[in-house]
Amino acid sequence: MFTWFHKLASPPYFYKFAQNVAPWTGWITLLLLAAGLYGGLWLAPPDYQQGDGFRIIYIHVPSAWMSMSGYAFMAIAAGIGLIWRMKLASAVAAAAAPLGASFAFLALVTGSLWGKPMWGTYWVWDARLTSELILLFLYFGFMALNRAFSEQRTGDRASAILALVGLVNLPIIHYSVVWWNTLHQGPTVFVGTHSDISMRMLVPLLVMIAAFMLYFATFVMKRLQFEIIRRERSTAWIRELL
Amino acid sequence: MNGALVALIRRDLQLAYRRRGEMVTPLMFFIMVTALFPLGLDPEPMLLRTLAPGVIWVAALLAGLVGLESLFKSDYEDGSLELMVLCPVPLELVGLVRVLTHWLITGLPLVILAPLMGMLLSFPSSAMGTLLIGLLLGTPILSLLGAVGAALTVGLRRSGMLLPLLILPLAVPVLIFGARSAAMAVAGDDVSGPLYLLGAMLALALTLSPFAIAGGLRVSLEN
Amino acid sequence: MTTTDALSCEALEIWRGERRLCHGLSFRTEAGRALRLHGANGAGKTTLIRVLAGLSEPESGAVRWNDQILVEAGDGYRQSLAYLGHANGLKSNLTPVENLSAYVAMTGRPPAMSIADALARLGVGGVAERPCGSLSMGQQRRVALARLLLSRATLWLLDEPLTSLDAAGNELLVELIQAHVERRGIAIFATHQPLELANGVLHTITLGGAA
Repeated sequence: MFTWFHKLASPPYFYKFAQNVAPWTGWITLLLLAAGLYGGLWLAPPDYQQGDGFRIIYIHVPSAWMSMSGYAFMAIAAGIGLIWRMKLASAVAAAAAPLGASFAFLALVTGSLWGKPMWGTYWVWDARLTSELILLFLYFGFMALNRAFSEQRTGDRASAILALVGLVNLPIIHYSVVWWNTLHQGPTVFVGTHSDISMRMLVPLLVMIAAFMLYFATFVMKRLQFEIIRRERSTAWIRELL
Repeated sequence: MNGALVALIRRDLQLAYRRRGEMVTPLMFFIMVTALFPLGLDPEPMLLRTLAPGVIWVAALLAGLVGLESLFKSDYEDGSLELMVLCPVPLELVGLVRVLTHWLITGLPLVILAPLMGMLLSFPSSAMGTLLIGLLLGTPILSLLGAVGAALTVGLRRSGMLLPLLILPLAVPVLIFGARSAAMAVAGDDVSGPLYLLGAMLALALTLSPFAIAGGLRVSLEN
Repeated sequence: MTTTDALSCEALEIWRGERRLCHGLSFRTEAGRALRLHGANGAGKTTLIRVLAGLSEPESGAVRWNDQILVEAGDGYRQSLAYLGHANGLKSNLTPVENLSAYVAMTGRPPAMSIADALARLGVGGVAERPCGSLSMGQQRRVALARLLLSRATLWLLDEPLTSLDAAGNELLVELIQAHVERRGIAIFATHQPLELANGVLHTITLGGAA
């Protein structure tokens, strides 16, 4: 197991591994997405308060979930690259960042689209939306710092430190925003407030979350292949490959 | 090693004294930004009173960014940073000393000036104590966070653009608890909660950020 | 100073950006020896000096001080090391005396001679109380070199120490290095200018045949 892991960490080996595995996870992602959307948009009953409007949670909740866990994933990968000097881990973090940022962006867009029928306006300073907005800027900071240096190695290490600081800070940010929000008694309409969420609503949501996770995994692998080519472009095995 | 620390502090203060003109800039910025709000809004005392906590805290946050990029810049450029890394004093302490002297010179005067700005914004004197304590706890956190960003970007030629993007999202909790505590004091509520949280965050920042600062400086030197 | 101190490198591979500066570089320098790193501009002299100082990390291979890798040697290594980089490490707002006394305090050990003596030995005693920013480049380099006399370090790592020095300054530096090596010290310096030492203590490594 350990030797396999060790082997996987070498860029040429991983490149081939991703080449073989990504199509499979890609197809499973598509199947899960189809199943989840069918379950969410047709099978699940309309919400008794929100009607059909609630169905946006099948996009909003998984993307919000992936944007948060994606940041943790990215920060841990970057930290491994920083501490154990593992090049592939740094490349993983760099590949994951734009994906996590796009999930945060998607969560913001779907959240405000949802807000229009619920609150009558596209933007309210709701705790979750505000947290997503700050998270998006944390991603932007990581991406900007990662590419700011002429030496990729320096960019990797500097942005890894930033990501770790962000990881410590993220729960504090989230908690402070929630605290700030409750002071205002703002309109908060969200899933999870219903204790009796129906199984026919919940199962498609879980399927969608699984689909988003696999989507993330697939595209981290695909992006990682480009990262590897970009970073290793002066090595012999890449020249052979191209 | 204590002697070495004292020497570091003394050198940093000496340097700050020789360049005292630069140290006034963040303070001027703070006063200007605060004074601009009544001009941009309505000088209606009740409105200003509501906005004052947020205005003062946002102005303090932004003033902390002024000149931040120069925190380690001259050490990086004149080679002193290499000597600091190679001296037997841990770089974590060297960084912490620098942040504390920086705060003493730019942060503390700002805190002292805050009641004056509060008065200009019709901030009630009964809540002034909370505003002061909040700023005393909060501005060192902002300095520590700012130093992390300054250390990470010291090797970049144009770090001024990047720094706010790196620092401001991390500073959100300080802004929320700081400004809220002042607003709650105006409303006559119990402010111990947010102030304790600010204190806890200061303790966390004091213990963890020196490692991030030292790591950032080492990474920047490798370039 | 002990007689066994030694700095050694094993199979160093150093990259800068997309360029490999060296690979399989091994050498050992012992007390009483000097090593000159020679090479054209961009050959990697500065980077190698920084790797030896522990400021940068090699891609692979190891640097050892008395058979301990640098990370483990830690403080002990830093106490044995006097480093002079490209930049002088002087604060332009402070005078030479203020700069050097801060340096002495930071090393945490009593200086090997008084600051005034060190400045006088390097011929900059007359400007000891003027801000460094107002001194000429050559004078600033001399003030920086005065650190070598103050520190009790065994190992000197010097990056282009001759920069901005006049002919008299060159000779002075050669004397200082010669004296340091004869007291069982180690001097490693990067320079593209010729610099000769007496008694066959000097070795040369040429970097970057194909830069």
